[in-house]
Amino acid sequence: MSVLLRHLPLVLMAIAWEMATRMGLVSQLALPPLSQVVLAWIEMLKSGELVANGTSSLWRAGAGLGLAIAVGAALGLAMAWWRPVNAALGPLVEMLYPVPKSALIPVTVLWLGFGDGSKILLIFLGCMLPVTLGTFNGARGSDYALVWSARSLGANRLSVLWDVVLPSALPEMLNAIRTALALAFILLVSAELIVAREGLGYLIGYLGANGTYDAMFAVVLTVAFLGFAADRAYQALMQRLLIWRD
Amino acid sequence: MARLTGIRSETVPATQPDAILRGLAAAGRLAPIVLLALAWEALAASGTVTPFQLPRFSAVLTRIWTDAIADDLALNTALTLYRALVGFGIAAVAGILIGVGMSRYGVVRWLLDPIVSVGFPMPKIAFLPVMMLWLGVYDLSKIAMVVLDAIFPVITGTIAGIAGVDRQLLWSARNIGATEREVLWQIVLPAASPQIMTGLQVALPIALIVAVVAEMLMGGYGLGGAMVQASRFADSRGVFAGIVEIAVVGYVLVKAMALVRRRLLIWHQEAEAPSTL
Repeated sequence: MSVLLRHLPLVLMAIAWEMATRMGLVSQLALPPLSQVVLAWIEMLKSGELVANGTSSLWRAGAGLGLAIAVGAALGLAMAWWRPVNAALGPLVEMLYPVPKSALIPVTVLWLGFGDGSKILLIFLGCMLPVTLGTFNGARGSDYALVWSARSLGANRLSVLWDVVLPSALPEMLNAIRTALALAFILLVSAELIVAREGLGYLIGYLGANGTYDAMFAVVLTVAFLGFAADRAYQALMQRLLIWRD
Repeated sequence: MARLTGIRSETVPATQPDAILRGLAAAGRLAPIVLLALAWEALAASGTVTPFQLPRFSAVLTRIWTDAIADDLALNTALTLYRALVGFGIAAVAGILIGVGMSRYGVVRWLLDPIVSVGFPMPKIAFLPVMMLWLGVYDLSKIAMVVLDAIFPVITGTIAGIAGVDRQLLWSARNIGATEREVLWQIVLPAASPQIMTGLQVALPIALIVAVVAEMLMGGYGLGGAMVQASRFADSRGVFAGIVEIAVVGYVLVKAMALVRRRLLIWHQEAEAPSTL
């Protein structure tokens, strides 16, 4: 009941959408009724269009983000652990971090063309620095006493890095990955809208250009829902991973 | 753990030798950037990649200079900044208002909480074609898109900041007879300002990203539009010039925002701490 009450505003919004279009308050050309959008969604699900483009989008986002997390976390740890690495990379990270990542879209296309490669590279480049910076800040904040104790108990440097510094860095690193996850979706959709031959973003642009707006709204809502669901799932995973923290 | 190092050294009181040392340190921090530029130039000159894949850095700089003389650069930068900053400004004011409203009034919170919690993690950029359909392809749809994307971090930052205000402060203020308006302006907003600033600092780069993407999709003037046009004409110098220009604009904006934060929060204890980025 309380769940229902909590989500009532969303239901009201859906009803308002349906009513406004049915009663002609807004032109159905500008906003197709929600029921029509749902029908179009089911239609596309049956034809396989949604699944085919969806898998290709998710594969790009997943591969790019996975690479970004692996390389970004390794770089962040290395910067926190070895002073020369930090001296060499710190200023670069600081300078490149604020660059609006969408500027890279045309370049990745220049390098790798219209397919999967350019999107994966874009998401990798765009998502890497937040992960690097989060891991670095987290590792830098590890408790000195813990590191000293581990060292005096005879742990070698590598196992201190693995058993003490990495777990200390984990909370901030996981938070940074959440930022990167949101960024991955933004970059994916932007890149697919601008230059692509398949994927959900491409589908939105294609349907919009065709004037089949009910289908376009269906895909827009699908993308929005996927981004939301991915964030919720990641939050649940994060809580599992950090269960040892009090 | 002497080996865990900071991204920048802390500031020290400036005496003459210290100033020289700090100048050297700044030069040392610039070195990797100069090296990157040199490596770019060397790689492009070596012939392992074609000039199409990676034009020389010097050629890109020349291109930027040509654009600057032709006034294209100033026009495009101004347009992109105008769209990003107007959108950012609207998102900032509206976001703080909505955040305050949600913190103070149960009805507003009930109405907007599910919308904010569902809307925040959504890739709202997917609504770009919808905005084009509703508002056309000129400034209005781009600014609306920027507002839609930039407003959420401001709202959540404001709510988190207000939720963290010390109860004792509120109680004492009310106890000595402050009105609700005075409590809001003199206690709640100043106490929440660090987190509101953080929300704004998250929102600003988003505003720029979205402005550039919107320009890329809709074409026309603006840094994003110029870049996508260059890429359509296979003009790779133009594309790389665009990256450098957008990177500089982004860097300056983010740094300016960090400076504003230091100025505004000079009274706050965080001003004592060494700053990260």
